[in-house]
Amino acid sequence: MSQHAALSVIDVDRIHGRGNSAVHAVRGLSIEVRPGELVAVMGPSGSGKSTLLNLAGGLDTATAGQVLVDGVELGELAPRDLARLRRRKVGYVFQDFNLVPGLTAAENVALPLELDGAKARVARRQAVAALADLGLDDLADRLPQDMSGGQQQRVAIARAVVGERSLILADEPTGALDSETGEQVLRLLRERCALGVAALMVTHDAGHASWANRVVFLRDGAVVDDTGRSAEPESLLAGA
Amino acid sequence: MDTGYAYSVSMSIPHGLLTLLRSGPMYGYQLRSEFERATGATWPLNIGQVYSTLTRLERDGLVVGHEPDGEGRQRYEITADGDDAVRTWFARPVELGDRPRDELAIKLALAATTPGVDARGIVQSQRTATMRRLQELTRLKREAPAEPPPEDLAWSLVLDNLRFTAEAELRWLDHCESQLARARARSTSPSVPHTTPTEEIVR
Repeated sequence: MSQHAALSVIDVDRIHGRGNSAVHAVRGLSIEVRPGELVAVMGPSGSGKSTLLNLAGGLDTATAGQVLVDGVELGELAPRDLARLRRRKVGYVFQDFNLVPGLTAAENVALPLELDGAKARVARRQAVAALADLGLDDLADRLPQDMSGGQQQRVAIARAVVGERSLILADEPTGALDSETGEQVLRLLRERCALGVAALMVTHDAGHASWANRVVFLRDGAVVDDTGRSAEPESLLAGA
Repeated sequence: MDTGYAYSVSMSIPHGLLTLLRSGPMYGYQLRSEFERATGATWPLNIGQVYSTLTRLERDGLVVGHEPDGEGRQRYEITADGDDAVRTWFARPVELGDRPRDELAIKLALAATTPGVDARGIVQSQRTATMRRLQELTRLKREAPAEPPPEDLAWSLVLDNLRFTAEAELRWLDHCESQLARARARSTSPSVPHTTPTEEIVR
């Protein structure tokens, strides 16, 4: 059996409003992210980047088309099942880290497991292991306010991959970091992907996007370029 | 030197060779390998280029050729005038006007103003190509040690130059795409506002 994509967005429309005031946030959008792949998404404001992340994470619903995570179509899931899939399969990384203040790094990483019903001891053990996998053992008992931005973001990545998550959705994960620290975070993200996780990362920074296996450009809610495509236009001259 | 382009492209080779000769006399093949080592093999030279450059430098009094050795090989030595030329080269900032004319800028300028040319398509296709190039450069950077050993410093600096240049080109291409879209919107609907509802609702 062939391995299915971690994320498949198939011919998706997302329309806000109706009639004359209807606005297409995305139209006919198709993107696939395979296990082990880091895909960067670039595009100007209003191109649909955030809508794509929200659709992929089940936080928004497609007006038409299909969104599949790990082969499961999100549109067919009951709200409870969708919430469970989100908790178990999808990890999020945000620009401003979103670690819970007052909880240590290990407690932050353990939190999604505990919310999913894991016992505190089991969750803690897995969280510490996830931190160790990323070389962050020494941060386990630190509070967010005692960590640098880069350290917080690396803990956030540990939180995103802990458990059996197969898809990481990252919204400008390097946006609040200096260039060098941002590259350390990207290195970590790539290492996780190399171990089989898939990641979709929105970024406005071309240098950081170039760390991805593939870079997709959106405009007006649709894919206009994809470095994974091999074909080049035969001619850009009219009548040629 | 017949054109500005040819002049600017070849400008760094004679000065590069003269700079290397300040360490002592060298054979042509030595100069070639030293030049490539110093620039991370980014601009490989063929041996013919090296010898034709040395011939011109000798004609201009910037180097002198030693008598050929028993195997017919000739070493070259920098002169005082050559040394002055190197000092001047390093002291003078590179002016934008000295650099080669940018084919991409010319191509896009013509595309934007020539009927029947898909300027937006050119931007998109170039952006994909430049991003692929940047991905390749980033791969090389990723695989290099974070703190390059002294012998790799030159290569590391040249690599950074190529990456930053590619990033700047991508930024410029995004800018071109926005400008072209605005120009098209103005030409088809003079009353189109600068901020569309889409931009307000969707990030």
